[in-house]
Amino acid sequence: MGRVLPAVTCVAMLAALYLVFMVVPTEQQMGIVQRIFYFHVSSAWMAFIGFFLVAGASAVYLWNGSRAADRLAEAAAEVGVLFCSLVLVTGPIWARPIWGVWWTWDPRLTMTVILWAIYASYLMLRAFGGEDEAVNRYAAVLGIIGVLDIPIIMVSVRLLRGMHPAVIARNEGGSGLVDPWMRIALLVSAVALILLGSWLMQLRVRMGRLGEEMATLRHEEEARRGEVA
Amino acid sequence: MRGALVIFRKDLSIEWRTREGLSSVLVLGLLLLVVLTVAHDAPPEAAPALAPSVLWATFLFTGLLGVQRGFLLERENDCLAGLLVSPVDPAAIYVGKLGANVALLAIMQLFVVPLVGLFLHLDLMPVLPALLVVLALGNFGFAALATLFAAISVRVRAREVMLPLLLLPLLVPLLIGTVSATRSVLAGGLALATDAVTVLVAFDVIFAVAGWLLFAYVVRD
Amino acid sequence: MSGVGIRGAPPPLVAEGLVRAYAGVRVLAGVDLTVEAGETLALLGPNGAGKTTLLRVFALLLRPSAGHLALFGVDARSAPPALRRRLGYLAHESFCYPDLSGAENLAFHARLFQVPAARERVDALLAWAGLETAGRRPIRFYSRGMSQRLALARALLHEPDLLLLDEPFSGLDPAAVETLQERLVTLREAGRAIVLTTHDLDRAAPIATRTAILHRGRIASVLDGRGADDVAAAYRAVVAGGR
Repeated sequence: MGRVLPAVTCVAMLAALYLVFMVVPTEQQMGIVQRIFYFHVSSAWMAFIGFFLVAGASAVYLWNGSRAADRLAEAAAEVGVLFCSLVLVTGPIWARPIWGVWWTWDPRLTMTVILWAIYASYLMLRAFGGEDEAVNRYAAVLGIIGVLDIPIIMVSVRLLRGMHPAVIARNEGGSGLVDPWMRIALLVSAVALILLGSWLMQLRVRMGRLGEEMATLRHEEEARRGEVA
Repeated sequence: MRGALVIFRKDLSIEWRTREGLSSVLVLGLLLLVVLTVAHDAPPEAAPALAPSVLWATFLFTGLLGVQRGFLLERENDCLAGLLVSPVDPAAIYVGKLGANVALLAIMQLFVVPLVGLFLHLDLMPVLPALLVVLALGNFGFAALATLFAAISVRVRAREVMLPLLLLPLLVPLLIGTVSATRSVLAGGLALATDAVTVLVAFDVIFAVAGWLLFAYVVRD
Repeated sequence: MSGVGIRGAPPPLVAEGLVRAYAGVRVLAGVDLTVEAGETLALLGPNGAGKTTLLRVFALLLRPSAGHLALFGVDARSAPPALRRRLGYLAHESFCYPDLSGAENLAFHARLFQVPAARERVDALLAWAGLETAGRRPIRFYSRGMSQRLALARALLHEPDLLLLDEPFSGLDPAAVETLQERLVTLREAGRAIVLTTHDLDRAAPIATRTAILHRGRIASVLDGRGADDVAAAYRAVVAGGR
């Protein structure tokens, strides 16, 4: 996995960029800015994958205390929040020229904000919760609860009165991917971003492991010094 | 589950002895209500439309402060450890604490809701039964998550900010559901609120079960 | 390994290689210990040696990172609720609610442990602890000694077979210390097992059948019931030797 993943990621990203900017025809109604859709949707998918990974890894960690699972949960949360942020940034960039507003409380965007907030708070808990080993367990509980909230959030945001009903009808993706190249571009973009996300997680997990090894070595060294003195 | 009842009664007796949690929650509820109403500064005709949001924002923030007391009292003299060395299942501790929180918050609701009617020129009597249902569902859902996370927040650093930080994003669907249901109920009764009530019931069930299953992982090392 | 034992019954406590570690910090670094019924084991050690942590592992409040613990023959990892009924734990904290009275606190714990004839038992223990009148006042107003005696009463409420006492003599005046020593001897002779930690050799030595010295997370030495002077000498040797 070491060298393969970065290489494949680069290839996929280049392919995606090429397809999106060179090959795919310009969309009829929205123009050039529609090209951002491919990365917007792919980022959303990667964010979801990240959050489900957090829940899965958290469950494993609670079950058997595996340090690897805990590290994966933390990495997946960070990557998930990263891609969720990308969704929240590309969304308004796409929306402004087309709908004339930077933001709207339509179901999908609202859900994305809530999810971002849940996993951002997960990262806050890990960052500011203190040094106690128990914080990892608390974060794991939060990771699982967060994922359980997702279906409820999806259903509840439909209760919100949208500002622009027309916006809800044809938000994104559903607007006919008429050209087969569009479907291919979406697929390749999704694969590229998922590979990118996986690579980032791999790096982050390694970082986590090295950090723990360093802490262990530091403590052992201090213990050794204590004995000599 | 007998243990849950024992713990529930113990929490209520301690609360009754000092009435500290209860009085602060009631006063806070009143203050928040005043602040929100005054901040809106709506004319009398527009005021009733504010009722759902004002009611539930007050409940949410007062609840966040009130629900911490249940686990803060277990920190003195390490009483939680006293519960954990006993044969009582941690899940029973969760149920007992959940019950105590629901009771406390229900008293707060019974105090605040009539005041909402008073301040916002709203007649609540015709829709009272349906309103009580929505209040109960919102209360229980909030308490189910808040009890679990209050147990977490009292054991971490940055305690005061951690509970709202962790809970509020998770509670947004509950807030959406309760506000929507309250609005529908005020407009014409429970029948209009079926979608929202379904969301609330689902929320309550999922997180009560999740809390029941996960609580042991929070309290046991 | 010595001591009075009930023939055939598994020992109250068997610990093998108990480790408690996080990020390289090893509070317990491999503890091996067996406690038989009718024994009183005094656990000595300098601060930071891991005495409180070890006792909390025994009390099933902490899970060891590695190693094996069996109480009355039952693996601690799968501890059923019934097992906890046989343990009595006294910590530095009293586990009692400041706003409730002594009697109410004991009644609460009696209900948690499902103690039969709870009211009589609570009254008996309040008398034992010398708290008959004070039992009605909230423990917020208790002195250190009174709190300690109440906490002891709480630990004994359900007549546990294994007593784990963390510094039971702290906060007690000499008369109370003597009374407690007598009670502990009575309990030992009734077949209970007692593990107690202490800073004060003189108070533990008269009643200990065995003494174990914990140093840097390991049992450095175990001595069968000897005089306080022998134990003190062994203790100094262990600490000075740096293990």
